[in-house]
Amino acid sequence: MVDQAALESDQPLLMAKSLGKSFGRIAACRDVSFALYPGEVLAIVGESGSGKSTLLQMLSGQLAPSAGHVSYRMRDGVTRDLTTLGEAERRFLFRTDWGFVHQDPAQGLRMAVSAGANVGERLMAVGWNHYGRIRDTASDWLSRVEIDVARIDDAPRTYSGGMRQRLQIARNLVTEPRLVFMDEPTGGLDVSVQARLLDLVRSLVAELHLAVIIVTHDLAVARLLSHRVMVMKGGRVIETGLTDQVLDDPREPYTQLLVSSILPP
Amino acid sequence: MNAPAYNFAYLDEQTKRMIRRAILKAIAIPGYQVPFASREMPMPYGWGTGGVQVTAAILGPEDVLKVIDQGSDDTTNAISIRKFFAKTAGVATTTATNEATVIQTRHRIPETALHENQVLVYQVPIPEPLRFLEPRETETRRMHALAEYGLMHVKLYEDIARFGHIATAYAYPVKVNARYVMDPSPTPKFDNPKMDNCPALQLFGAGREKRIYAIPPYTQVVSLDFEDHPFEPYRFNAPCALCGAENSYLDEIVTDDKGGRMFVCSDTDYCEGRQATGHHGSLSAAPYKEKAHG
Amino acid sequence: MYVAVKGGERAIENAHRLLAHKRRGDQSVPEVTLAQISEQLGLAVDRVMSEGSLYDRELAALAIKQARGDLIEAIFLVRAFRATMPRFGSSEPVDTGTMRVRRRVSATFKDIPGGQILGPTFDYTHRLLDPLLAEGLAPEAPATADAHTAPTPRVTDILGRDGLIECSPPADDGASVGDLTREPLNFPADRDLRLQNLARGDEGFLLAMGYSTQRGYGRNHPFVGEIRFGEVEVELFAEDAGFAVPLGSIELTECQMVNQFKGSATEAPCFTRGYGLAFGQSERKTMSMALVDRALRARELGEEVRAPAQDEEFVMSHSDNVQATGFVEHLKLPHYVDFQSELGLLRKLRQEFADASTPDAMKEAAE
Repeated sequence: MVDQAALESDQPLLMAKSLGKSFGRIAACRDVSFALYPGEVLAIVGESGSGKSTLLQMLSGQLAPSAGHVSYRMRDGVTRDLTTLGEAERRFLFRTDWGFVHQDPAQGLRMAVSAGANVGERLMAVGWNHYGRIRDTASDWLSRVEIDVARIDDAPRTYSGGMRQRLQIARNLVTEPRLVFMDEPTGGLDVSVQARLLDLVRSLVAELHLAVIIVTHDLAVARLLSHRVMVMKGGRVIETGLTDQVLDDPREPYTQLLVSSILPP
Repeated sequence: MNAPAYNFAYLDEQTKRMIRRAILKAIAIPGYQVPFASREMPMPYGWGTGGVQVTAAILGPEDVLKVIDQGSDDTTNAISIRKFFAKTAGVATTTATNEATVIQTRHRIPETALHENQVLVYQVPIPEPLRFLEPRETETRRMHALAEYGLMHVKLYEDIARFGHIATAYAYPVKVNARYVMDPSPTPKFDNPKMDNCPALQLFGAGREKRIYAIPPYTQVVSLDFEDHPFEPYRFNAPCALCGAENSYLDEIVTDDKGGRMFVCSDTDYCEGRQATGHHGSLSAAPYKEKAHG
Repeated sequence: MYVAVKGGERAIENAHRLLAHKRRGDQSVPEVTLAQISEQLGLAVDRVMSEGSLYDRELAALAIKQARGDLIEAIFLVRAFRATMPRFGSSEPVDTGTMRVRRRVSATFKDIPGGQILGPTFDYTHRLLDPLLAEGLAPEAPATADAHTAPTPRVTDILGRDGLIECSPPADDGASVGDLTREPLNFPADRDLRLQNLARGDEGFLLAMGYSTQRGYGRNHPFVGEIRFGEVEVELFAEDAGFAVPLGSIELTECQMVNQFKGSATEAPCFTRGYGLAFGQSERKTMSMALVDRALRARELGEEVRAPAQDEEFVMSHSDNVQATGFVEHLKLPHYVDFQSELGLLRKLRQEFADASTPDAMKEAAE
């Protein structure tokens, strides 16, 4: 009998080929290529202006590339170029098989609507029609992200920054996506809160076999979460490889500079 | 100065043609809001111009028109609109639901069951059921096109979480022909079941917002709900004080300043009809009869 | 004993009779004539024509009289009349460059070809109530001079000759101009529909929106390139004759704003434009319109849309005062059926709240 899971793990989930983006004369991003496999965490690191956010926008289909393309293997096994997806398909993908965690949780949540509704929205969008079951599933996810279930009816406006971020994660994971994009998810959080969040993300990623592309300027985050890392500077990928290797033994001068500027714990 | 000469039912034929095209499109796509170039009418936007334009576009000399507001033929705006058509179209008018071929209504569906030779024209203030959740037209249009109604359900979920019930008492959203979510106009939710599988054609006109939509006869119309919180029509639990009806929507009349109340059918034609055939409530009164409508 | 309320029809008839009586007022006071309104309350007539979208001074004066001076009610009357008028076609675009100028000022240059002509304006008057006007005043004859024959080229054309200001997009002869009174409005809307919407829009609303841009809500650094007021010819291209036939002349006010410069990777920076046009002498309207026009061009000029005046849907959906007043005032109509449903729901919720707070319920919850 064919081991479907093993077969799936052999095929890349997301592929970028010579991706580039220019705004007028400014080239924000140039010639980026890689393949991402199921369950793999890829960190894209660099300073502001390195092109990493633009790259993330292109990879998640929110920005059309000026050069190259991105393909994704859908749940039915067919690999599709993102630019060929119709708007309906793209939006559906975004609500089911993908997640996107914003740096500012207010952008990824409905701040005036209860936590339960925030988590339940995706379920309702795909046709769940039983209040009790929606609420139970939302409760379940709240406890998985270590939010007190008693807060299910509170709006995220009343939550702390760390709680909001965890709620955003729950909202994204409720439909069991295979790929999650994260844009500086720990930005703006206290160091101790960051640590707790990173621990949570790490365990969820492992438990759910999630593939993740995480953009960060913080090498410590990359070290903790990712299997592979891509270092960007001036719109190009200057170094890439297994995280431990790149961070322990950086080859490029710029990477060495980044590594050396991590404060010792 | 040129004194204007008005066409039958006020609107010029070009305009009627434009509105009929919109109506046909609406009938072909049940529940979908068709944009149309609403004209300035001699009554203000918000006072029924959408309903009036739809009625004007479909009215013929043989039609019999009934106009109600809050269920009554005798409220000021219903009278004003009925007189408008009597003057500009010369059509026969009636207060009897079963004699009318076109019924223009604001905020109620008649209690008397409608039949296949009738058209019910609703006056609609805000046609977009998602408007209060999402103010942008560009976004709500996309949501309808992609059948993305998650936001609507979020609102219902929130109501239950906060109040224990879905907190929408009128203009209760419905799904038409299993595809489009529609606002039935501010009719009380009590009236929603009447829209389902109705033998009459139902047309909805929003003049200020410039939209027309329709439910063809015998179309499925389902009120949104959750399996474990099913839709329940609401009606004050008492018989009509005048005719004794147990199944009609009731108006609350304040009779004194010590909390005195009585409950009377909102549909005046229905109530008078029942009284004429001998039904009486606890407080029968021979209502003062106005001069007959001409 | 309750008697069902009847008699709405008679009530309306009586109300209308009373209105007509109030409108006439004290019969010993002379009735105001349309000519008096058109001549002596000319700016009110100008506004009613502009927002009513119909150039006819006599009709506008009648509307103002019928509306008892309520200008928005008068505008509604004119619009409703306009809706019944048959269309013959569209005129040729009016050439404001050949305007017989009565007033023409520019803030961008001290002096311009054709000169700065103040014309009849409230500008620089001292706003002191004049009791002499109360009794009636035969005004001094105005100063005269020879007819103004020097050409008055548009200031924006002068800037344009040197490429300092963006070109107005060239006319596309084949394309028809949009008309939001004939076709349903869709967003995003093109500039022709936006300008039409603003031309018909409420002066107060546009004034507030324009003002907000000056105070930082979408600032676009405006200068008055030119305001001109005077008569222009209106022409219609007659198919059978094969040439444009003059129909008559109308008075227009035109405002060209010169705004913040923009450039791009492929184009050198230049000033941008805002445009306003209205019937009669309507400077406040045209200036506000030009400010808002420029703000609404944010999208096509690649600017971030952050302020209400830049939000096309917000501005265009709320600028029409006839629609606005209709909906605001419709709240006076009976809403007792919907209110009844709300009452029902509220009573139910209050009952449940009360039940949940009774001692028995509390005890159960605690167990």
